[in-house]
Amino acid sequence: MSGPLLDVRNLSRRFDVSKPWLNRKIEGLERLYVKAVDDVSFTVNRGETFALVGESGSGKSTIARLIVGLLKPTAGEIFFDGQSLAKGLNGAEARRLRRRFQMIFQDPLASLNPRWRVTDIIAEPLRVFEGGMADRERRLRVGELLTLVGLSPEDGVKFPHQFSGGQRQRIAIARALAARPEFIVCDEPTSALDVSVQAQILNLMKDLQREFGLTYVFISHNLQVVRHMSDQIGVLYLGRLAEVNSAAGLFAAPRHPYTRMLLDAVPDIEMTGRGRRKVEGEIPSPLSPPPGCTFHPRCPLANDRCRREVPHLRAGVACHAVEEGRVPA
Amino acid sequence: MTEPLLSVRGLTVEFPTRHGILTAVEDIDLDIMPGEVLGMVGESGAGKSMTGNAIIGLIEPPGRIARGEVLLKGQRIDNLPPDEMRAIRGRRIGMIFQDPLTSLNPLYRISDQLVETIRTHLPLSRDAALKRAIGLLDDVGIPDAARRIDDYPHQFSGGMRQRVVIALALCAEPDLVIADEPTTALDVSVQAQIIEVMKQLCAERGAAILLVTHDMGVIAETADRVAVMYAGRIAEIGPVRDVIKHAMHPYTAGLMGAIPRLGENLDRLSQIPGAMPRLSAIPQGCAFNPRCPRVMDRCRVDRPGLLEPVPGRRVACWLYPEEAQA
Repeated sequence: MSGPLLDVRNLSRRFDVSKPWLNRKIEGLERLYVKAVDDVSFTVNRGETFALVGESGSGKSTIARLIVGLLKPTAGEIFFDGQSLAKGLNGAEARRLRRRFQMIFQDPLASLNPRWRVTDIIAEPLRVFEGGMADRERRLRVGELLTLVGLSPEDGVKFPHQFSGGQRQRIAIARALAARPEFIVCDEPTSALDVSVQAQILNLMKDLQREFGLTYVFISHNLQVVRHMSDQIGVLYLGRLAEVNSAAGLFAAPRHPYTRMLLDAVPDIEMTGRGRRKVEGEIPSPLSPPPGCTFHPRCPLANDRCRREVPHLRAGVACHAVEEGRVPA
Repeated sequence: MTEPLLSVRGLTVEFPTRHGILTAVEDIDLDIMPGEVLGMVGESGAGKSMTGNAIIGLIEPPGRIARGEVLLKGQRIDNLPPDEMRAIRGRRIGMIFQDPLTSLNPLYRISDQLVETIRTHLPLSRDAALKRAIGLLDDVGIPDAARRIDDYPHQFSGGMRQRVVIALALCAEPDLVIADEPTTALDVSVQAQIIEVMKQLCAERGAAILLVTHDMGVIAETADRVAVMYAGRIAEIGPVRDVIKHAMHPYTAGLMGAIPRLGENLDRLSQIPGAMPRLSAIPQGCAFNPRCPRVMDRCRVDRPGLLEPVPGRRVACWLYPEEAQA
């Protein structure tokens, strides 16, 4: 078992947001695309957590959907355990691979069928992937799963609306674990929860990771949560990776000017009074991103090259200023 | 000693339902001094927004203020007739809500909304009001304010819209601004900017802020004092630094431990078991007792009131004996 579990290479996805054909003809408009994800590459090692962090419109959820196959990439490839996922798998092969990865969504109420009992929700992956399982055995397994996520087997007869937000997220986690996956994509799993409940869910996810050797791709806008959960972090800005580093490295020594700005924007809850720069500007519209480095209008270090030339990820950071040694320590 | 700008005494909000009366907010006591920023923090359902709404008389029927009073500069405002209350809202108490799109009318230009609000509260001509509106937009950091003022709300980004809402809240020079989750819908980098603008403008104008939020980080950045709410009551209230660094109430301590930090990497976050009780099932005694790591027999029977074991800090917890009351 060597090599990364997930290998994402030059992944891109654009969405067509053009007006309808007739409007385009009458108003003389071109087709319009949003590059939601643009040339993103990263690898995720077994048993580790890779976090994607970014603000609204940075493309983090699109990447999650591309990985699990809810969207098809426009360009680039995704390899799972050495096998390409993009090249259209055939039925049996797809099914074997698919059961090895699962997804947890932000809003558990939207991702759980309100008219199904919890038992049926959690048993669904078992019915799909282990059709041969006897009813009794399946019920036992569901009870086990409920216990595993901190609920009681008797909760299985209830409906999702009878639970609190945190408990619903536990149900979603139990369902994700039902088919014994190795890999889970978590899209903002705690963003809708209160802090004390968030702590419970994060602890649960870490415990489960340790117990089953799970690999996570963890998507969040919350830097503190990402710091707590991940081994590796990728910082996204307007669909491109700005910086990739280990969690410890990224927070100790952020290199990309955007990463630095993002860290400075996090409220100082310890009230250490650490020196922080003010945040400049806003994220530009993804419909008309600036040329060159998309961060240049907000970057204190931008020069002509930054305004012209798109920087590529080199040694974990995509920034001309870092490359040229223009970034003050 | 200066007179508090706003005093809330024993405020209790009740909702009659088919299954009996639910108490959403109970026995809230707090003062806001002129120019002070008071944070109010708590989890969903703790009653923080309800408290803010009760202060400005925006409780939706059948909910009602069952007991207690709200005093603005010594004058009672909780029992005013609706039209007098309306004159206070906007003029003396400004409001900022979470979602700027719901506070702005999508069909009117920003200029119309600002001018209308200014002229409702201040005796100014249209031209003078427009000039004032442009000045305000400039103050809240909207570039090219004179041109952008004729745009519609949808033409602004989320952060810019919230700046417009701040301008609206401040346009009649209120004494108090109630900001209910003003940055919750925004990205962190935008949040930092909005906090900065709100803090600076209120400080310049001497307006006090009641900042309602679930985010301790925002409180730490902004507030002078903080009230921690739990199940409709104040658990603890005191200077921000003291409450954050040396929480007295076990709930506050648990809440602080549950927040992941940038500076350290703990293997596990400390967690509070269970969840906040529903309004219909608030336990007897201290509402926190089933989840409290330091629960005593008395906590299951008697409900603690807000005591002041240390000057300037009040806490509702039996860990701090009544004798210590200052």
